[in-house]
Amino acid sequence: MLSIKNLEAGINGKMILKGISLEVKAGEIHAIMGPNGSGKSTLAAVLAGRDTVEIRGGSVTYMGNDLLQMAPEDRSKEGIFLGFQYPIEIPGVSMVNFMKTAVNEHRKHKGLPQLSASDFLKLMREKKEMVEIDSKLANRSVNEGFSGGEKKKNEIFQMAMLEPKLAILDETDSGLDIDALRIVANGVNRLRRPDNSSIVITHYQRLLDYIVPDVVHVLYDGRIVKTAGKELALELEEKGYDWIRKEVDNQN
Amino acid sequence: MQVCMENDQDNIINDITSGEYKYGFYTDIETEKIPKGLNEDVIRLISKKKGEPDWLLEFRLKSFRHWLTMKMPGWANLKIPEIDYQDIIYYAAPKQKPAPESIDDIDPELKKTFDRLGIPLEEQKRLSGVAVDAVMDSVSVKTTFRETLAELGIIFCSFSEAVREYPDLVKRYLGTVVPHTDNFFAALNSAVFSDGSFCYIPKGVRCPMELSTYFRINAANTGQFERTLLVADEESYVSYLEGCTAPMRDENQLHAAIVEIIAEKNAEVKYSTVQNWYPGDREGRGGIFNFVTKRGICRGDNSKISWTQVETGSAITWKYPSCILRGDNSIGEFYSVAVTNNHQQADTGTKMIHIGKNTRSTIVSKGISAGHGQNSYRGLVKVLKNASSSRNFSQCDSLLLGDKCGAHTFPYLEVDNQSAIVEHEATTSKIGEDQIFYCNQRGISTEDAIALIVNGYAREVINKLPMEFAVEAQKLLQISLEGSVG
Repeated sequence: MLSIKNLEAGINGKMILKGISLEVKAGEIHAIMGPNGSGKSTLAAVLAGRDTVEIRGGSVTYMGNDLLQMAPEDRSKEGIFLGFQYPIEIPGVSMVNFMKTAVNEHRKHKGLPQLSASDFLKLMREKKEMVEIDSKLANRSVNEGFSGGEKKKNEIFQMAMLEPKLAILDETDSGLDIDALRIVANGVNRLRRPDNSSIVITHYQRLLDYIVPDVVHVLYDGRIVKTAGKELALELEEKGYDWIRKEVDNQN
Repeated sequence: MQVCMENDQDNIINDITSGEYKYGFYTDIETEKIPKGLNEDVIRLISKKKGEPDWLLEFRLKSFRHWLTMKMPGWANLKIPEIDYQDIIYYAAPKQKPAPESIDDIDPELKKTFDRLGIPLEEQKRLSGVAVDAVMDSVSVKTTFRETLAELGIIFCSFSEAVREYPDLVKRYLGTVVPHTDNFFAALNSAVFSDGSFCYIPKGVRCPMELSTYFRINAANTGQFERTLLVADEESYVSYLEGCTAPMRDENQLHAAIVEIIAEKNAEVKYSTVQNWYPGDREGRGGIFNFVTKRGICRGDNSKISWTQVETGSAITWKYPSCILRGDNSIGEFYSVAVTNNHQQADTGTKMIHIGKNTRSTIVSKGISAGHGQNSYRGLVKVLKNASSSRNFSQCDSLLLGDKCGAHTFPYLEVDNQSAIVEHEATTSKIGEDQIFYCNQRGISTEDAIALIVNGYAREVINKLPMEFAVEAQKLLQISLEGSVG
């Protein structure tokens, strides 16, 4: 589904990703862990098409296409969803209006007719229940005045609405209490299907108690320094990132 | 692949600020014009052409003589090129039969023009709930639904007809809200005004349809100086809407109008404007100079005047629709969305003058600046000594698209009564790259994202417009900002 080869990228002239390679197959959940500043969010930004990141080298292929040549909205319509670490507030634009526009753009792309107002509201109701989000949120402006937890739940709700093929969740767990964390994780698990995949970016292991990954990668200083099964997350939790730091430094 | 953020951002901004003006066509129609220039003879000529009574000619001459003593106001936050008032044609009229009896007497070219503007002159083609007075250059072409309205005693006709048919009413109210000495442009208008609409709603009548005037500038080198007078007698209600467009030309054209509204006891007037005069091209060439004096007086107790304006056109806009709240418990409202894109400039706002007790006013102003546009809100809230327990709430928001435009706020407060409560809130925000990207990531294109955000921002004001026009206004906002992001 997704194939990243020797990806190099930076922001404002500073190199952040220094040659990343990663293969995600349909149905897999990959966790990307690593200390702050290792490049996790930059990787997510590259995949979503944020133009503040400069691509210096390498390639990214998504469903057989050159992802780096695609506009951000086309990536979305082709099934890439980014759950933002810091969801953006858009005052004056209601969640209903926002989601309706987004869903209909996706439908247009697939050659489907626009949803009628009643069908759309029905869809919203279903998805809200699925991700256990407060139905009042939908009547408010996009993320405006939402608490940290509400914003994250709102990301999962949007993901449920858009049914992505590849979901990238950028530190969706940060700032969540244990109940919110459980709701977010349940949402992700319920949306899991054999033909879609997720990349879960996290600093802490605890999210992975709820979302069980197939593969865990450790990102450190712009490189993937370790890849293993889900037990790697537990090992990290136990030993901390210093262990990785030492191992990498010894190799150099 | 190398992506540089700043260039990209610039490109997006440039792309989106390139929306096309849809109403820029010119109708090739035989037009009667008088020679350029302004003097007493020209004023006598205009008055004669319109067959006016002596008192009106006197009013014009008095205004002209006063105008000669005045200077163009320089206090607005506008860069206004020098205007040569002798280089303007003050009267231009499409040639047609003196008084078209029926729709068949109207020149087909004129009909076609208004059809293209979406204002069909045939009553059966109109939205049934709207009566229209169509004005091109200096004359009214046709007023629809006059007979239907007359059955209720409502007078809705061109200003010239009103002078002929209802001279007493016109004489009683003309210049009572905006005196001929009021300001430079008001004095000029009072001297040379050509046509406009007149409306009288009798006591106790609720006008069953929207009344509207559509102003079209067509002829080159002419100024348009229309005058609207709207009287709502006791216990009456009317909702009125005006729209305006003009052809695309490289020269600037002057438009200086006056609107006077009188609301008697328990009367309510809702006045909406969708102003879409030609704004000039992307480099700032051409466009209409729009200098307008609009004022209403709530003369009677419990009366209400509400102004709603969506201002997307004109190279320069100078306009402050105001309310004099003289009756006790009277209410004034001002809801405004003003867009300045490319090189457009707007200095607009309102004046709320609280004279009566328990008077209330609400001001909601939403400025949107894009391109090199400069947008100023200027508003006065004045509470006089006897206006006890008066209240005002003002909210002025500015939205910036891109980093070459400007937004300015000039609120003035003069409160002479201790029991008055005056509140002012102001915000300035920018459509951020973050917001755009967030929308992009959900599959929404940059252009659609801007439309979504701008419409969300302006919704509070757009919702105040009559339904049919709210949809139009929303589209207009989109077109005005087509191709402006930041």
